[in-house]
Amino acid sequence: MNLTAPVLALTAKLLSGASVRWIDCQPDTCQRVYFANHTSHLDALVLWASLPREVRALTRPVAAKDYWEKTFVRRHVAKAFNALLIDRKEIKVHQSPVDLMIRQAGDKNSLIVFPEGSRNAEGEVGKFKSGIYYTGKKRPDFEFVPVYIDNMNRILPRGEYLPVPLLSCITFGPPLWLEAGEPKIEFLRRAREAVLRLKDL
Amino acid sequence: MMDLARFSTFGGLPAPTFSFAPLNNVYWLDTPTTILLLVVVILLALAFAVGEVLKRQPETTINPAVVRTFNSRVYAWWMMCTILVFGILLGLISVVVGRISTVVLFFGVSFWALREFITLTPTRGADHRALFWVFFIFTPLQYLLVGLDVVMTDFNQFYRWYSIMIPVYGSLLIPARVALAGDYKRFLERIAKIQMGLLICVYALSYAPAILHLRLQTSDGKPWEGSAAGLLFYFVLVVQLGDVFQFGWDKLIGRRVIAPPINAGKTWEGFFGGVVSAALVGMLLWWVTPFRMWEAFCVSLVIATMGFAGSMTMSAIKRDRGVRDYGTLVRGHVGVLDRIDCICFAAPVFYHITRFFFANQSLAPLLFPGSGLGS
Repeated sequence: MNLTAPVLALTAKLLSGASVRWIDCQPDTCQRVYFANHTSHLDALVLWASLPREVRALTRPVAAKDYWEKTFVRRHVAKAFNALLIDRKEIKVHQSPVDLMIRQAGDKNSLIVFPEGSRNAEGEVGKFKSGIYYTGKKRPDFEFVPVYIDNMNRILPRGEYLPVPLLSCITFGPPLWLEAGEPKIEFLRRAREAVLRLKDL
Repeated sequence: MMDLARFSTFGGLPAPTFSFAPLNNVYWLDTPTTILLLVVVILLALAFAVGEVLKRQPETTINPAVVRTFNSRVYAWWMMCTILVFGILLGLISVVVGRISTVVLFFGVSFWALREFITLTPTRGADHRALFWVFFIFTPLQYLLVGLDVVMTDFNQFYRWYSIMIPVYGSLLIPARVALAGDYKRFLERIAKIQMGLLICVYALSYAPAILHLRLQTSDGKPWEGSAAGLLFYFVLVVQLGDVFQFGWDKLIGRRVIAPPINAGKTWEGFFGGVVSAALVGMLLWWVTPFRMWEAFCVSLVIATMGFAGSMTMSAIKRDRGVRDYGTLVRGHVGVLDRIDCICFAAPVFYHITRFFFANQSLAPLLFPGSGLGS
């Protein structure tokens, strides 16, 4: 039993003071894609830590390989929370991130993704990239759960390495599915609005 | 002559002796304090029972919002009472342990209140490093100095430092650090927010556990043999009661609202009723304190009034930010700051009244014979 994972989860919870809300959605071990706004390096860790333990064990955050493989500590942390590392630089034809994600998820794991692609400095929610659409197209059985992460950009902003322990809030919203024949732009818009809607709830 | 020889050339002051006081000859938990603690715990249990009964009433007979407010307050008092009693019980192991743990518990409360305060007040990205200083240097340092003060013999050594660190050095260094980050937008407003948070949540509150280091005496100069931990409990109790009585009087006879845009619920009737009621209860509890009855009345009157000033000030800040209370600011959190705002404002005043009128201020540590000049 590796101690790093529970210690990481506890540290993340204490540091972010995150209160977790589930609105029209319950924690479940079914296969899901949690998609959230992205403002801080802590996002993936805190979102992962806020899931109940048995769900957490099956959930893998999707993260950038170039960042998480840089140093020993990062590699260790990424391994502890079972991150699925994606190479952003070398995208091959049969090795596309979406294929990799689906293959790694198999038939029991859930994923955490940040469809904006990179962290947003001002705390706004940027345009969504098409990854979640293609994931949904290949695996229509996945539930897509919108998550809004509030205030994390003040706890550990872009370009800072020391966190300030303010309070944050993580809101899980009602799941959505890719409708049959739904166009890409329509789905991405719907997904982005699902995240934004949670901001004011 | 023997005594004079013990003076060093330390500017005419006795040389600092950084040693632990023989604190075991100081009462930590005496009979009056024990009685008061038991009474408060029984009253809280009753309040809890009443709250549970009210929760089960049909909505037509009693306003459910009032019941919710009442219950959330009772939970908060349980928390507060548990924290104070926990510190007091640890003091039974040894007085030093009790004092240190009380300071550590107050540090925890300050830290959490500051989190709520800064979360509520928007700062900019450039303030990040300064905020890191605030949370991880100024706040722990303030409580470290208070903690050193309550366990060392040398009266005044650390008071000189912790009484000026945040108001003087904090207010000079934090703006400088923010300026170095190079963002001038709303500069004055941002540094005011950070400094205000530190002053209210950390500096002012740290005066509450600092009471433990005073060498208490009665107003005619006789050393007081009671429990300083009991006095701290008395202080928190009177301030909280002031808040409750105000709420009660507001609901019963409140008509003239003091400042409707800031708090529509606080009335002049509630203010006077609440402050006088709290002062009367404080007077009747004079036996836990070094005060005489009339002195206890005056002290309670002052701290209840300061508590009221604290609630009004924090209400103004909350209105400015457009939230009802700190508990709703980040959903699911208990608003610690909502409950302790009155304590924050009353603590420095209570400390200074006690220090100037009910404590032995001479540098010779009279209560600790053998540790300095008093022998």
